[in-house]
Amino acid sequence: MNAPAYNFAYLDEQTKRMIRRAILKAIAIPGYQVPFASREMPMPYGWGTGGVQVTAAILGPQDVLKVIDQGSDDTTNAISIRKFFAKTAGVATTTATEDATVIQTRHRIPEAALHANQVLVYQVPIPEPLRFLEPRETETRRMHALAEYGLMHVKLYEDIARFGHIATAYAYPVKVNARYVMDPSPTPKFDNPKMDNCPALQLFGAGREKRIYAIPPYTKVVSLDFEDHPFEPYRFNAPCALCAAENSYLDEIVTDDKGSRMFVCSDTDYCEGRQAAGHHGALSAAPYKDKAQGGANG
Amino acid sequence: MTTIAELPPGFVDKVLSAQSTFRSVMDAMARPGSVQRIVPMAGTPATMMRGTAAIALTLFDHDTPLWLDARMSESSDVLKWLKFHTGAPVIQDSAIAAFALISDGGALPALERFALGTNEYPDRSTTVIIQVDSLDAGRSFELRGPGIDGVATLQASIKPFDLFERLRFNEPLFPRGIDVVLVADDAVVAIPRTTRVMSKGG
Repeated sequence: MNAPAYNFAYLDEQTKRMIRRAILKAIAIPGYQVPFASREMPMPYGWGTGGVQVTAAILGPQDVLKVIDQGSDDTTNAISIRKFFAKTAGVATTTATEDATVIQTRHRIPEAALHANQVLVYQVPIPEPLRFLEPRETETRRMHALAEYGLMHVKLYEDIARFGHIATAYAYPVKVNARYVMDPSPTPKFDNPKMDNCPALQLFGAGREKRIYAIPPYTKVVSLDFEDHPFEPYRFNAPCALCAAENSYLDEIVTDDKGSRMFVCSDTDYCEGRQAAGHHGALSAAPYKDKAQGGANG
Repeated sequence: MTTIAELPPGFVDKVLSAQSTFRSVMDAMARPGSVQRIVPMAGTPATMMRGTAAIALTLFDHDTPLWLDARMSESSDVLKWLKFHTGAPVIQDSAIAAFALISDGGALPALERFALGTNEYPDRSTTVIIQVDSLDAGRSFELRGPGIDGVATLQASIKPFDLFERLRFNEPLFPRGIDVVLVADDAVVAIPRTTRVMSKGG
């Protein structure tokens, strides 16, 4: 008998119980950061150890797992975490957003609308939105307790005073359920509106900082702003060079050393799906997509 | 005198049963008012329902002080079963309990006697697990709050009859408060502290 050397989904059961209890409290108090006893994982901090621990605590054999890194299914971080769970939990994996039941993400929310049977797990580096304004944990904790968020508005105001607009482009602070100000992790602010009233459960794990927090489904999530400077999601004004999408978040890709560049969807699954459906951008060079697909691909 | 061999068993498959039970409880907590089913079965000591036993095996351990109501704490079956399978310490002071198990809702103590958390650490509060008669028949309730798309409806036959009125104390307390898990046999409904419950038509 060749018994595996580790438990299902890597973590031991006592650790999973501890994380599961933290997740339940996080859901009950939307936006509040629940401390948890983060474990050493077989990957370095910064690799998504918080998200990995949350995923390990919720994952079951029936789940279908998708992992994205900046929207992409095929970068090192995404592939290695997907392989980690395929190996330690034997779960099915996918790159199709619609087919996944658990989606672990680093810094993007998929373009396709999420549905009620999905859980989105974010990898979070710095969970405390006030940390760069107030380094002391005792103070930020009291500020959350008193819902004293004036400092954050001052920060946004200083942006306006200096640049004429709110220059925060990612990790844009949100208020959850009209109570807690929360860091949405370093997602582009383009993604912030997707967190509001989302049918899927959103869980956030910060491994090094040892915090778990959550947004339950159908919860109000408001990006902080001012009446005369309303929140505006930023998008580079161009269609995707591969699939011509006009409403997706774009990555800038440098193509040579002479300043050439192209803008393509950061969500690879979304972009490939559109190309397979016959949408072509200016730089699309995928002749196989022109052939009849015979209904094999959706 | 019960020996260990005579105790009702725990999960057959500890790992996957705990995972499945947790997902039911997580879905219940994320979607207040929705009735989730607990599939894995374990042995149940007297006065404990199947769902309660599965939740106990899934969430309790030496880190979670338990408070039991009179009917549970008088049952040596329950005490031995919890001690053997979970190792969770049973305590007398409800104000420091991580979980409370209520088998007789009619004798639910004042909710202020449980841990409510602090404004700095609202998560340090008691999760109260109450066994009820039915979660698919009885009076109708309307629920609103995070996790609910507009309004959710729950039909339940529960004791104490004024539980939801008493839970309104959560509203001014927030972020402190009590989260409640209702269990009827294998059915589970969660009422986190953010949920507002009204009697339908009342």
